[in-house]
Amino acid sequence: MIHFVLLISRQGKVRLTKWYSPYSQKERTKVIRELSGLILTRGPKLCNFVEWRGLRVVYKRYASLYFCMCIDEDDNELEILEIIHHYVEVLDRYFGSVCELDLIYNFHKAYFILDELLIAGELQEPSKRTVARLVAAQDSLVETAKEQTSSITNIIAQVANTASL
Amino acid sequence: MNPFSSGTRLRDMIRAIRSCKTAAEERAVVRKECAAIRAAISENDQDYRHRNLAKLMFIHMLGYPTHFGQMECLKLIASSGFPEKRIGYLGLMLLLDERQEVLMLVTNSLKQDLNHSNQYIIGLALCALGNICSAEMARDLAPEVERLLQFRDPNIRKKAALCSIRIIKKVPDLAENFINPAASLLREKHHGVLITGVQLCTDLCKVSSEALEYFREKCTEGLVKTLKDMANSPYAPEYDIAGITDPFLHIRLLKLLRILGQGDADASDCMNDILAQVATKIESNKNAGNAILYECVGTIMSIEDNGGLRVLAINILGRFLSNRDNNIRYVALNMLMKAITVDAQAVQRHRATILECVKDSDASIRKKALDLVYLLVNESNVKPLTKELIESLEASDQEFKGVLTAKICSLVEKFSPEKIWYIDQMLKVLSEAGNFVKDEVWHALIVVISNASDLHGYSVRALYRAFQTSTEQETLVRVAVWCIGEYGDMLVNNVGMLDIEEPITVTESDAVDALEVSIKRLNSDLTTKAMALIALLKLSSRFPSCSE
Repeated sequence: MIHFVLLISRQGKVRLTKWYSPYSQKERTKVIRELSGLILTRGPKLCNFVEWRGLRVVYKRYASLYFCMCIDEDDNELEILEIIHHYVEVLDRYFGSVCELDLIYNFHKAYFILDELLIAGELQEPSKRTVARLVAAQDSLVETAKEQTSSITNIIAQVANTASL
Repeated sequence: MNPFSSGTRLRDMIRAIRSCKTAAEERAVVRKECAAIRAAISENDQDYRHRNLAKLMFIHMLGYPTHFGQMECLKLIASSGFPEKRIGYLGLMLLLDERQEVLMLVTNSLKQDLNHSNQYIIGLALCALGNICSAEMARDLAPEVERLLQFRDPNIRKKAALCSIRIIKKVPDLAENFINPAASLLREKHHGVLITGVQLCTDLCKVSSEALEYFREKCTEGLVKTLKDMANSPYAPEYDIAGITDPFLHIRLLKLLRILGQGDADASDCMNDILAQVATKIESNKNAGNAILYECVGTIMSIEDNGGLRVLAINILGRFLSNRDNNIRYVALNMLMKAITVDAQAVQRHRATILECVKDSDASIRKKALDLVYLLVNESNVKPLTKELIESLEASDQEFKGVLTAKICSLVEKFSPEKIWYIDQMLKVLSEAGNFVKDEVWHALIVVISNASDLHGYSVRALYRAFQTSTEQETLVRVAVWCIGEYGDMLVNNVGMLDIEEPITVTESDAVDALEVSIKRLNSDLTTKAMALIALLKLSSRFPSCSE
């Protein structure tokens, strides 16, 4: 299974963390620090796998971001590279040519998308189209709810105005 | 109303934080925001709860403590609106972990949401439950999740399947309840449901032998057929990756088949054809294809023996080993290590390529290759292999030298066919990387030399020669100094010359000079100096003319 997902920038800033195994807040900070040190210093020509604490971390760099996923020793590392790419492509489709800034200002959306891709550290959906569709459907639920609230607020405001006349 | 309680918009807060030039500035901005959020929380503000939690999550990712916001997650989850629940569950998953007691309070909300009329809300609940539930929550809500495995919408079924995985891992006793529903998922057509269903069955097999028996008997044939359909399916744009239809499903199926075929001849028989088909037909020019091949090889090596398939598998690994892509070489070495226990001979055939990998520029690969070579050594190949490893020692960097030296010394000690070969190899290692040789190792060398009386002369002469050329290696100096002290007379008088040796002229004063140099050289530590002094003492009784 995937134990956790980390997105870190080249300067070591955390852009996203998702934990599927129990790590306390203190442990999480330690893990992030250790792995940042390990991965950010690796040369570009080296393989995308590092062994760490009896587990394996698969990482891939996309522009200024490192996507890291920690797996068990007997998991398929090459498949995890595909899962990382799967996530990146969905993000790209959603944001339209995604860049790091998109993920900073819309981090909650990056999480929502990840939640349609992985649950309990396992892959949930192999079709990018389906993932995009599900996220879009939920986004429009949010939009609809916003419109309803603002239209109710308008009505109340109008009522309040007429009442004060 | 507190003018600060509405606070800044999320976007503005992020911008403000990013424009901070120093850590102190950032801390000030964060402190101000947290204060505003705390005020809003204590006033039970409803309007901006949603936005405040989002801000808290961002602040949390920066590394600041945010536990005061945990209850806000619960309140949002308990709200009736979808947007509130969406951010509430996200906050829950980010700000809490399963060990916190606050989590238990969500159980009731979860139960309600798992029965909600809006399926997206059911989805939110399943996701949260599947990611962070504790064992008690798992036990409480298992019946709901079980029911949802048969929900009308496939997207819910797939989430329920993964959520079930967490449940059975937390509470393995519940596994038997999930066996039947999991088996029905295997007959579905929706890819999401299939991959999650297959994964659920795989994990069920790991926690319950009853499940393993059941799936092996009832589902193996069906799974083989599903894999066949996948392998033979025409182009499907929705699932296509690098020309292969749904590589993820291929891989999951192969994993489950591995578990079902292991230790069972009938099940293994059933899957031979499709494994051969996958192994021969899948193209290996893209990562997706290689990922499938890798999994396929793993399955072949684990199930009951079929000679032809094994050869096929090892050949794929052989090809992987010469692939330019580092990742492919790495996984090949990994798999070969597991393959040794199954078919050592086949792996031996790839020795040459594996030895190349010991000199690879990638540290991860070098280390893996070395571990593999170590496992391949036996009495018949120890000599050529050691020769190659010592050559690699010369080219390797400081970091790797230590590991490599240790492995070579261990091999040489374990498999030495003759003492003279052992002494020769140890000499080479000492000359090249003596500083990495552990104490027990060179002590053992001295013991061997002293026990091999016919080799005393040979040893001391060889060490003397080596000492002339490699004085930086501390351990070499020590062993040389000891030998000269013990057998100095043999050195000077060419006693016990073997046929292979070339004659060497060493006078008594040469021998004493060598010892003197050892004491005087800058790098000599106390041990070396002490040993040299003792050696001089021994020589003074043997070479009375040089006593000065």
